[in-house]
Amino acid sequence: MDFQLTIHAALDRLRDGSLSSRQLTESLLQRIADTDDTIKAYLRVDGEGALRSAEEADRRRSQGEKAPLLGIPLALKDVICTKGIETTCASRFLQGFTPPYDATVVARLKESGAVILGKTNTDEFAMGSSTENSSYFTTHNPWDVTRVPGGSSGGSAAAVAADECLGALGTDTGGSIRQPAAFCGVAGLKPTYGRVSRYGLVAFASSLDQAGPLGKDVTDCALLLQTMAGYDPCDSTSVDLPVPDYYGALQPRLDGVRIGVPREYFGNGMQPEVEAAVRDALQVCRELGAELVDLSMPYTEYALPAYYIISSAEASANLARFDGVRYGARYDDAMREAADIIETTSKTRQQGFGDEVKRRIMLGTYTLSAGYYDAYYLKAQQVRTLIKRDFDQAFSRCDALIVPTTPTTAFRIGERVHDMLQMYLGDIFTLGLNLAGTCGISILCGFADGLPIGMQVLGGAFEEATILNVAYAYEQATAWHLQTPEL
Amino acid sequence: MPLSHDQVLHIAELARLTISEEETARFAEQLSDILDYMDKLKSVDTTDVAPTAHPLARQNVTREDKVRPSLSRDEALANAPQQQDGFFQVRRILE
Repeated sequence: MDFQLTIHAALDRLRDGSLSSRQLTESLLQRIADTDDTIKAYLRVDGEGALRSAEEADRRRSQGEKAPLLGIPLALKDVICTKGIETTCASRFLQGFTPPYDATVVARLKESGAVILGKTNTDEFAMGSSTENSSYFTTHNPWDVTRVPGGSSGGSAAAVAADECLGALGTDTGGSIRQPAAFCGVAGLKPTYGRVSRYGLVAFASSLDQAGPLGKDVTDCALLLQTMAGYDPCDSTSVDLPVPDYYGALQPRLDGVRIGVPREYFGNGMQPEVEAAVRDALQVCRELGAELVDLSMPYTEYALPAYYIISSAEASANLARFDGVRYGARYDDAMREAADIIETTSKTRQQGFGDEVKRRIMLGTYTLSAGYYDAYYLKAQQVRTLIKRDFDQAFSRCDALIVPTTPTTAFRIGERVHDMLQMYLGDIFTLGLNLAGTCGISILCGFADGLPIGMQVLGGAFEEATILNVAYAYEQATAWHLQTPEL
Repeated sequence: MPLSHDQVLHIAELARLTISEEETARFAEQLSDILDYMDKLKSVDTTDVAPTAHPLARQNVTREDKVRPSLSRDEALANAPQQQDGFFQVRRILE
């Protein structure tokens, strides 16, 4: 079945002429039609546009063009602006919003010849860990449809796992690519802050957000990152450093690679099968030639409170732009009756935002308000320095770290919706990396009761090639990534 | 320290969010729980630790002040809930 191909396998077949992008795209659209009523990964599918791009890709290939992703059908998380395709961030506020421009990552994918299948579900404005905060519906985990796919890039992860696209883009503010990748048994990479342009991503927390790829294996993540990465004059926080050849650097041995194992990421009530699977993976890496280094990152437990203060503060500022003037649904009645602009704005925001978004705006507003700034926001920024120092010290001794992605496998839909802290605690192993601003990839490393277990390979700033290589060597030595859910 | 009803209303006003009575009570309880957890940070000694606002230590990224292509007026207005004569339409803010 063509829809089951990886990106690199599909490229081989497109190049040797045994498959056209039109055939591949039709196969995926049929797969989506057959399975997405159950999985609900997509908020909207652009079948017509996808077929048009596929035909264009076939035409370009027949004329001898060799763009790196020519004819490859991909899905995009719905916080990424797409010219002419509605972009809602899974919020009622942006229902009907059609961006007049493409995000830089989308423009780069299109230049590389990618075919855009549609937009995937997410927690509203990327705030959540399960897609249950989507204003439209919850996505289901392809390995067990009674469970969440993780979040916030849950639609992208589920679409990859269910073979409803060859690869997808997500965004990661506190683990939103890596955690759903772990829950859905796919690979997902969060690049170093500044590696990939944020221009055209709807901002959640500007000092933490990064877009990154989700794929069926590590090679596909390397191929997608290759196209996404690089300096963009439209994002002054993107960094003007050369982009290495990620794909070309992949090799199957880990001789001389030092892998750190921070003790704070193990034990402490985590699901025993998760710890066992990651410990087994460490042994595989040792057999491939890596040296394991025990170390301590003492500020790990403070990442969660520091992250929620900082991300909510930044969110409260970023989401101030949603005032119902330039875009978005405005509270109409207030417009007609004798309301002032503050009432119109406040009612527009009441109507447009869901519960979790309101909670985070309020939390952020509080921690930035007079009298509380020093106690919360400044304190969290100081703790961020200490957490960053933990990572700097670890990477001065090691090339990469290997840790679990999540303390448990995917939880049941509804299980944590009324217990915010329980939901937040599920992200303790991913948040620290965003505060430090470096890179990490989550890959499949086993199963517990039929549910995927994810492990992360974390690296220093702009060390994407290193973490891709560690993940690739492990993946080549094992066969977990070849398993697929029955649908 | 639990947030009071009035504090929650004050925060909502600062955030330009109208909230119902039911939401006020619920947010007071939920935000108090979350803030209790955040108090964990108080136990960290941060004496002489500089704050980190951003992973990249950059300042003042500038560019040449040159005219570049941008959205047309029609494109910029296309998503506005209300527009008139080529402008975004809002409620009167000056008497």
